[in-house]
Amino acid sequence: MNVNLKIWRQESNTTEGAVHNYRLEDVDPNISFLEMLDILNNKLIKEKKDPVAFDHDCREGICGSCGFMINGRPNGHQKATTVCQLHMRSFNDEDDILLEPFRAKSFGVIKDLSVDRQSFDRIISSAGFVSIDTGEAGEANHIPIDKSNADEAFLSAACIGCGACVAACKNSSAMLFTAAKVSHLALLPQGEEEQAERVNKMVATMDAEGFGACTNTGACSAECPKEISQTNIARLNREFIKAQLGGLIKKK
Amino acid sequence: MKDFLLNSSAPNGELHTKWEDYKKTLNKLSPEEANQYKIIIIGTGLAGASAAATLAEKGFNIHAFSYHESPRRAHSIAAQGGINAAKNYKKDGDSVMRLFYDTIKGGDFRSREDNVYRLAELSANIIDQCVAQGVPFAREYGGFLDNRSFGGVQVSRTFYARGQTGQQLLLGAYSALSRQTNAGKVTFYPRHDMLDIVTVDGKAKGVVTRNLLDGKIEAHSADIVILATGGYSNVYYLSTNAMASNVTANWRAHRKGALFANPSFTQIHPTCIPVKNNFQSKLTLMSESLRNDGRVWVPKKKNDTRKAGDIPEEERDYYLERIYPAFGNLVPRDVASRRAKEVCDNGQGVGNTGVAVYLDFKKVIEEKGEKYIKEKYGNLFDMYQKITDENPYQTPMKIYPAVHYTMGGLWVDYNLMTTISGLFSIGESNFSDHGANRLGASALMQGLADGYFVVPHTVMDYLAKEKPDFSNKTDKKEFVDAVRATEKDIEKIMSINGDLVVDEVHRELGKIVWDKVGMTRNKEGLESAIDFIPKIKEKFWKNISIPGSDKDMNQELEKALRLKDFIELAELMAHDALDRNESCGAHFREEYQTTENEAKRNDQEFKYVAAWGYNKDDKPSLFKEDLKYKNVKLKTRSYK
Repeated sequence: MNVNLKIWRQESNTTEGAVHNYRLEDVDPNISFLEMLDILNNKLIKEKKDPVAFDHDCREGICGSCGFMINGRPNGHQKATTVCQLHMRSFNDEDDILLEPFRAKSFGVIKDLSVDRQSFDRIISSAGFVSIDTGEAGEANHIPIDKSNADEAFLSAACIGCGACVAACKNSSAMLFTAAKVSHLALLPQGEEEQAERVNKMVATMDAEGFGACTNTGACSAECPKEISQTNIARLNREFIKAQLGGLIKKK
Repeated sequence: MKDFLLNSSAPNGELHTKWEDYKKTLNKLSPEEANQYKIIIIGTGLAGASAAATLAEKGFNIHAFSYHESPRRAHSIAAQGGINAAKNYKKDGDSVMRLFYDTIKGGDFRSREDNVYRLAELSANIIDQCVAQGVPFAREYGGFLDNRSFGGVQVSRTFYARGQTGQQLLLGAYSALSRQTNAGKVTFYPRHDMLDIVTVDGKAKGVVTRNLLDGKIEAHSADIVILATGGYSNVYYLSTNAMASNVTANWRAHRKGALFANPSFTQIHPTCIPVKNNFQSKLTLMSESLRNDGRVWVPKKKNDTRKAGDIPEEERDYYLERIYPAFGNLVPRDVASRRAKEVCDNGQGVGNTGVAVYLDFKKVIEEKGEKYIKEKYGNLFDMYQKITDENPYQTPMKIYPAVHYTMGGLWVDYNLMTTISGLFSIGESNFSDHGANRLGASALMQGLADGYFVVPHTVMDYLAKEKPDFSNKTDKKEFVDAVRATEKDIEKIMSINGDLVVDEVHRELGKIVWDKVGMTRNKEGLESAIDFIPKIKEKFWKNISIPGSDKDMNQELEKALRLKDFIELAELMAHDALDRNESCGAHFREEYQTTENEAKRNDQEFKYVAAWGYNKDDKPSLFKEDLKYKNVKLKTRSYK
């Protein structure tokens, strides 16, 4: 198959970017999308041109490194799929394919399709953990956890931090990302003591990082490669209100 | 060459109480005292992140480096199946002693008793710690933790979180690390490659890094350095490792004097999605846990082109169940891989290429239903379907062995310190616990045991005997020289301006290493590899082409800096495999096999760890550590 690639090229965060056109012919439909980009890059290097920069690592859909816009959608058109798990067979011969970096105020472009997502790390490090030192833990089976809660917590914890939710949101909100972590820990008895402080700090950091407000359009969840449910956002809101009310009660 | 020069420095005493007794003798530092020291940790996967968090909790100042943008991207995240622990929740007779014995036997009696026992002993603490952090392990309906079985064992001791156990454990360690970042005890350097180790008066005192965003070469000084940089499977080009996984940190340490142990002990995992074409950039693992419920088979007839569903039961060869009635589909990885190669070499392979075998779930789906499979392995089945465009609920998976893990690594003593004083190595990057073959679900166990529970004690003891030297020493000659040498290497690579893309050379290297130092090896092949690899090295230094500038994000330069070290490692692997005139575990020399095609060990001559020293422009020198077995009897491994 042949494809016409339109790729956003940008040298750095301080320079202007633009879309460049590339044509690739005789692409094997069974290769992955990133392997197709490898082929393009090999060709560019042979022509002594600068290859397209993009983040990727595990190529198994779990590390969360890859992630950019394909034809206006985060990680492309295929449901519940990271870019690395997208295969050329899901495109048509002679398709035009537009590749752009995730666009969000809190994700600066590093180069071409690569963006800086360290704001996510700062949200986690503000309070996305259980405060327990190594060696302090008691016997694991002393706290039985209801299977359905444990399974639900797992589904929230399955977030890979790729940033597709932010890129999908018209407000560039990081609500789904933050809510997934708040939910994961709120569903488990561990660290229950810190729940109010956790949700307050994580929401405050999310706001300070410049992410927009959540208006519950559900675009984030629809585009999430791991299908993190919007229920997480409802759960965050509940925890947040509980924390605010708890604070009021304490003050009284 | 000096025989048995190396000593693990393990303390004397009873195996069962050794670690606890030893810990009591180690020197301690109060948090205030610890605050006077700075520790550099390279790599923030399971081992690095857990060590960084724990040492920071004890008061040390940690500077952690990763080439990723975030610790959560480390390749530990891709580990699927599970983590072993001798909890004996299933009351199936498991114990620390049994986990210890299974691991020693699985490693074909080429690992160190003291280290392996300690690992088995610590395994239970890991589960406690991770559960306390909120890791959502799979649970039974009663609310207790669930277990499953892995290869090479007859008990159920593997804890898991669907097929994403590595992800959940790494996110746990990452959360502990993040907590210490927040507390100001950890400084994280994202997108930094470590390109050299700096030693002062023979002790590791710092590193040279390259900032991958602007190409800046910088020196960093500290009181000690810990390498937690993973394995080197990507020397084969195609492996299940992530694209950027590399040997550079370990190799730079090796060139500075750290011995490299058992480099040819590399694990070929039996269940991976087969290679499909020449553009293939990496291989994908299908977790070993699938062998709990899947049955491996090939057609009895050679070159059988019928579809799997059209081949009647009596014309199928469930070869693992046939050859190994006791362990069946759950034999260890090295055995399952070699048998797959054997049936394919015999013309019984399936698929377009004939280089694959079936992993069939029909029976379990009939008995327990699709929902059962979905719950246990859902993400793996989805991944398989996305990659191959085939539905494994309906047709059997096609699988073939692929490089997955490296048992070899930097030689370390009982304290996990390399032969360079003050340089520690933890997790997959050291050689210590898995001998000649690692059992499934043991890598996560080792990474976390080293990081959470071993190195924090041994590092504290080491530092308690060292004066803190907190001030920045990077203007010292040793640092200035190391920075200059690294800059020179980069200038040289940037100026080659040939016509080969780095990947082309890497692919060529990978093919040689796979063909000659892969699933099976022989003298002739290894000698030809030793002859041929220097030609690849020459090609690299004369013909590669790096576009753009080194003062900018340059992913081709990153690849080239890694490949140059892989080439040198490949040669050492061939030397190691050639020198070991026996078969053991994953190291299968065709000349040394039993009449039943099993590995034939030679304990008289090769019951040792082969640790290699680097010699510039000369053959490597061999140092041996004798393996002493006081608690287990050396036996021929049998899974029949």
